[in-house]
Amino acid sequence: MAVTPLTAAEPSIDTKLTRRQRTLWSDALRRFYHNRLAMFGLVLVVFFLFLAIFADFLAPYRYDQADFSKVLQFPFVDPRHPLGNDEVGRDFLSRLIYGARTSLTVGLAVQLIAFTIGIPLGALAGYRGGMADFIVTRFIDVMTAFPGLLFAIFLITVWGGGLEKVILVLGLTSWIGVTRLTRAQFLSLREKEFVGAARAVGATEGRIIFRHILPNALTPLLVALSFGIPAAIFAEASLSFLGIGVNDPLPSWGKMVGVSSAYIRVYWHVGLFPTVLIALTMLGFSFVGDGVRDALDPKITIRS
Amino acid sequence: MARYLLGRILSLIFVLFTVSIITFALMHSVPGGPFDEGKQRLPDAAKANIMRKYGLDQPVWKQYINYMSHALRLDFGIPYQVPTETVTSLIAKTWFITFQVGMMTVTLAFSVGIVLGAIAAYHRGSWIDTGVTFLSMLGTTLPNFVVALWLILIFAYGLKLLPSGGWNEPTDWLIPGVFSKNWILPVLAYALMPMAQVARYTRASMVDALQSDYVRTARAKGLRDRTILRRHVLKNAAIPMVTALGPIIPDLITGSIFIEAVFRIPGLGKYFVTSTFNRDYPMIMALMLLIAVLWGVTYILTDLAYVVLDPRVRLGGTMK
Repeated sequence: MAVTPLTAAEPSIDTKLTRRQRTLWSDALRRFYHNRLAMFGLVLVVFFLFLAIFADFLAPYRYDQADFSKVLQFPFVDPRHPLGNDEVGRDFLSRLIYGARTSLTVGLAVQLIAFTIGIPLGALAGYRGGMADFIVTRFIDVMTAFPGLLFAIFLITVWGGGLEKVILVLGLTSWIGVTRLTRAQFLSLREKEFVGAARAVGATEGRIIFRHILPNALTPLLVALSFGIPAAIFAEASLSFLGIGVNDPLPSWGKMVGVSSAYIRVYWHVGLFPTVLIALTMLGFSFVGDGVRDALDPKITIRS
Repeated sequence: MARYLLGRILSLIFVLFTVSIITFALMHSVPGGPFDEGKQRLPDAAKANIMRKYGLDQPVWKQYINYMSHALRLDFGIPYQVPTETVTSLIAKTWFITFQVGMMTVTLAFSVGIVLGAIAAYHRGSWIDTGVTFLSMLGTTLPNFVVALWLILIFAYGLKLLPSGGWNEPTDWLIPGVFSKNWILPVLAYALMPMAQVARYTRASMVDALQSDYVRTARAKGLRDRTILRRHVLKNAAIPMVTALGPIIPDLITGSIFIEAVFRIPGLGKYFVTSTFNRDYPMIMALMLLIAVLWGVTYILTDLAYVVLDPRVRLGGTMK
C-alpha cells in the first residue's frame, strides 16, 4: 500500500525533468510577447525599419526630384502625389519614406558610438577603480554640466552640419549615460561571489570582464539601448528642426517640421505628416523600451 | 553638513572652471572669428581697431585670463550681436520672458501632474489609472515642437480660438496686465512633457508608499483614508519625488528653443543658436556658465531638500 503513491509519482517527476529549460532570455521573450503594448510598439518599429531599408523600392520618386509646377500641392488631389508636394515641389510621400531612413540611421549609429565609448570607459572605471575611476568620474561630472543640446549645437557650428556630423556630435554627447551605467554595474558586480570564484580558479582579467561581468551587466545596458535610440532620433529631429542638422536635399522629419512653420497656416500637410511620423516612431520605440525593461525585470513574476 | 555643503560648492566651482576652459578653447579652436568680413572688406586699420577693442588681438590664453578676471567681477562683456547692450542686461531682459514661461510651466506641470499621479495611484488598476499611464506615456515621448504644432493647427488655425504666437500682444490680453491669450498654447505645449514625468513619478512613489507597512498600520489603527493619504502617503512619497523631479526645474526656467521659435516668443532661447552661429564669444561663455551654475545649484538644493523632508538622511555620512 505504501509503495503505490511512490510509483504513481514517478512519471510526474519524469516530465518535470524533460521539460524545456527556462533561461532569463526565454522568459523575457515570453513576457515581451505577452505584453500587448510592447508588441504594438514592435510592429511600429519594424514598419519604420522596413521603410528605411527598402526606401529605394517603396518611394515612388527620388527624395530630391522636384516638380516646380506642383509646389506645395495639397494631398489627396493628384493621384501621382498622394500626400502632396513640399515647398519646392518634391513628392511628399517619398520624402517621408526616406525620412525614416535618416531617423533610424541616426538612432542606431549614435547608439553604436555611445556604446563603443561608454562600455570600455565604464568598465575601466568600475573594474579598476582608483585613479582611472577618479578621472572618468570627474570627466563625466564636467560633461554633465554642459547642457546636452547646447553642446551639440555648439559642436555643429564648429564642425558644420550634415548627417555624419550630426551622428558624431550626438554620439559624443550621449555616451555619458552608458558610461555611468556600465561603471555602476561593474562596481557592484566585481564584488560578487562568482567573480571572486572565477578569480580563485585563476581566470584571467580579460576573461573575468568579458565572460563573467559583462553578460551580467547586459540587461540594464539593453534597456538603456532601447531608450537611447528614440532619444537620438528625437535629438536629430530637434537639431534639424532648428535648421542645423541634416543638410538639404536629404530629408529629415524634424527639418520638414521646421521648414513647414512658414507655410503651415495654409499648407497644413507639410507640418502635419512629419509630426505624426515622429510621434509614431517615438511611441513605437518607447513601448518597445518599456516592454524590454518589464520583460527583463526578474522581480516581475510571470502570470501564465 | 556644513562640510558637505562646502565640498559640493568647491566641486561646483571646479566644474564651472573646467566648463569655462573647455568652452573657451573650443570657441577659439575654429578657424575664423566673429568679425570676419563677407563681401565687403574692411580697411585693415579699421579691423585692427575692432580686434583691439574686443581684445581679440591678444593670444588666446591672455584673452581667457582677461575674460575670467572680468567675469569674476561679474562683468561679462558686450555681446557682439547687440553691441548697444551688455551681456548681463541682454540676458536679464530676454531671460525675464523665458522665466515667465518657465514658471507658469512649472506650476502647471507640477500641480496637474501630482494630482493626476495621485489619483492614478489611489485607483490603481482601474480605467483611470490606465488613462493616466497612457497619457503620461504620450507626454514623455512626444517632442514639444510636435505638440506645439498640433496645438497651433487645432486651436489657432482650426478653431481660431487662440493666437498662434507672439508675446503679450496688445490685442491678446484677456485681463489686461494679468493674463494673456499668448500664454496659453506655449505653456500647454511646454508643460506636457514635465507634467507626464511628474504624473508618472508621483504614481510610482505613491504606489510604493501605499503598499508599505506604515500605511497598513495606519489602516489598522482605523485612521480615515484622507488622513492616511495626507499624513503618511504623500509625505513619504514626496521624498523620492524631490530628487527625481527637482532637476526638471532648471531645464524649464532656461526655456525651450523650440517653444520660443514656434510661438515667436522673444526670450533667451534664440540666443543659444545665434550666439554660436555669430561666434559671439561673450554670449556663448555667459550662457554656458549660466546653465552650469543653475544645474549645480539645483543639485545642491535637491540634496538639501532631501534632508529637510527625511530626517533619517544625513549628508556626508556623518551620523550624530
